[in-house]
Amino acid sequence: MTDVKQYEHRLDGRSSPGFSPAQTAIVTTGLVRRFGSVAAVDGIDLTVPRGEIYGFLGPNGAGKSTLLRMLCTLLRPSEGRAVVAGHDVVDEPQEVRFRIGAALQAAALDDRQSGRELLTLQGRLYGLRTSEIRTRLAEVLDLVDIGLAIDRRIGTYSGGMKRRLDLAASLMHNPEILFLDEPTTGLDPTSRQSVWSEVRRLNSALGMTIFLTTQYLEEADELADRVGIISEGRLVAEGSPDALKRSIGQDVVVVEAEGDDPSAPDTLRQLDAVDEVSTDGRTITIGTSDGSSAINAVAIALSRTKLVVKSITVRTPTLDDVFRELTGSHIEPSETNR
Amino acid sequence: MMVGSEPIRARESGFLRDVRSVAGRALRQIPREPASVLPAVVVPAFFYTVNLGALENLARGTGGFSYKAFLIPMAIAFAVTGMSRAPTLVTDIQGGYFDRLCMTPIRRTALLLGLMAADVVVIVALCLPVLAIGFAVGVHFATGAPGVLVFIGFSALWGLVFTGLPYAVALKTGSPAAVSATFVVFFPLFFLSDAVVPKQALTGWFAAIATYNPVTYVLAALRSLITSGWRVGTLAEGLAAMAGIGFVSMSLALMALRGRIKHAA
Repeated sequence: MTDVKQYEHRLDGRSSPGFSPAQTAIVTTGLVRRFGSVAAVDGIDLTVPRGEIYGFLGPNGAGKSTLLRMLCTLLRPSEGRAVVAGHDVVDEPQEVRFRIGAALQAAALDDRQSGRELLTLQGRLYGLRTSEIRTRLAEVLDLVDIGLAIDRRIGTYSGGMKRRLDLAASLMHNPEILFLDEPTTGLDPTSRQSVWSEVRRLNSALGMTIFLTTQYLEEADELADRVGIISEGRLVAEGSPDALKRSIGQDVVVVEAEGDDPSAPDTLRQLDAVDEVSTDGRTITIGTSDGSSAINAVAIALSRTKLVVKSITVRTPTLDDVFRELTGSHIEPSETNR
Repeated sequence: MMVGSEPIRARESGFLRDVRSVAGRALRQIPREPASVLPAVVVPAFFYTVNLGALENLARGTGGFSYKAFLIPMAIAFAVTGMSRAPTLVTDIQGGYFDRLCMTPIRRTALLLGLMAADVVVIVALCLPVLAIGFAVGVHFATGAPGVLVFIGFSALWGLVFTGLPYAVALKTGSPAAVSATFVVFFPLFFLSDAVVPKQALTGWFAAIATYNPVTYVLAALRSLITSGWRVGTLAEGLAAMAGIGFVSMSLALMALRGRIKHAA
């Protein structure tokens, strides 16, 4: 795998965009969490301004959930510092808890309660009065569509309804910052769209800061104002989705080919129009500043090799291309029902 | 979304309110899972009836006392010992709901004490069928109605002090099988006492163990309220025995709670 260290210069000047403390929702400095000798999170510096949707993108096991659990006060950092909503997560965890809401990876609910009972209990634990709980229930249920099922046992809910109820529970106390850990993993496309739409509404209508982890490129692309890409516990790139995609070139030419010719990548690299070449099985991915110009040269060059070209397509870069360039591997979601 | 001129925000809830909230949730679950308390109603009634049928004539020949009254504390112990919400706690831990609770500003000890408060309510309720059976077969309390209340209070305290153990195991392991296994601890404590046979009829090593078994003194205190009247010394010994067991089991539970949340910020 490509050594990610060589790319760390890309973070200079971007991980601390110069926001004042009042404008800052989350700041981490050299944040580390070890489990035995393994550093699940390995020195993350992060600044998230208030009102932003920040997407933390990476494959399974990259350290996303560990970072989120530290920011939510569920896990003590091994090293470094994290300040959330103006309070240190280790020195003032209660102050942090008053100000954040979180929906963890698996909907953390109690199947034996009804949705209304769960939300009411949530309100009580955050110190809300009975009248305030009634008000917030109405507001939250207006925002998160659960319908008449709110009075049913949670055990009867579908996966999508559980996710929405989990989101509602995290909103009962009107948090300043909302943490969402892979909010759409396991959901069908309709439920996924519904969660996305609710996240956008929370951000646009209430100005709520939202920090979400995801392994879905499309989710990060659709929702996040800025994306941080994590690999093996380290932040390897950060920026707006467009800026990250622009950083690896304008276009991507993807060739599907059969046969065996180890010299083919080098043949392509000699072309003027080609910036970068990588192979993955039968797929050759070519970075280029001008895809429409490069496609002819690529086709001609490959016709002189032993490969049999099955298809050539030109597309704009995705965040997966960014991740592949930075780490040498793909972000591969653990489930494929997308 | 309109949130009014002054947004509703989280604030300190108060320790007692936290305990009440956790206990309320635990109590709401019980009618939805009757199987969790049904054995605690059936098993004591079964043991009481079987022991009474098998041993009453034998007991009558050894001391001329009311075996019906003698066995009531045994039935109570079967009803209330190990009756806890620890399996619910395990479900919360495994399902992630415990994490959700830990992300709220709730005081950590309230997470445990709320469940124990619910246990006390359940334990008191479980005493009632046993007492009803006793009254039905003619058992009378020498201490009268106040004695019945003290008897229920002692039973609740005994049930409570024992809950520390299943909670400790639940918090330490997060395993339902391990929590179920804690009831095994009760068996030697219970059967190596004078639960079924009067102390004066015990001999040899069994009598020696029963003498040092704290359960013997808890049962003696309960029994004294039925058969002997107000015996302060016996009641004090029962309380001391419960305090000893309670100190150990509650310390284990609090240590396990601390261990469970020690990695948190």
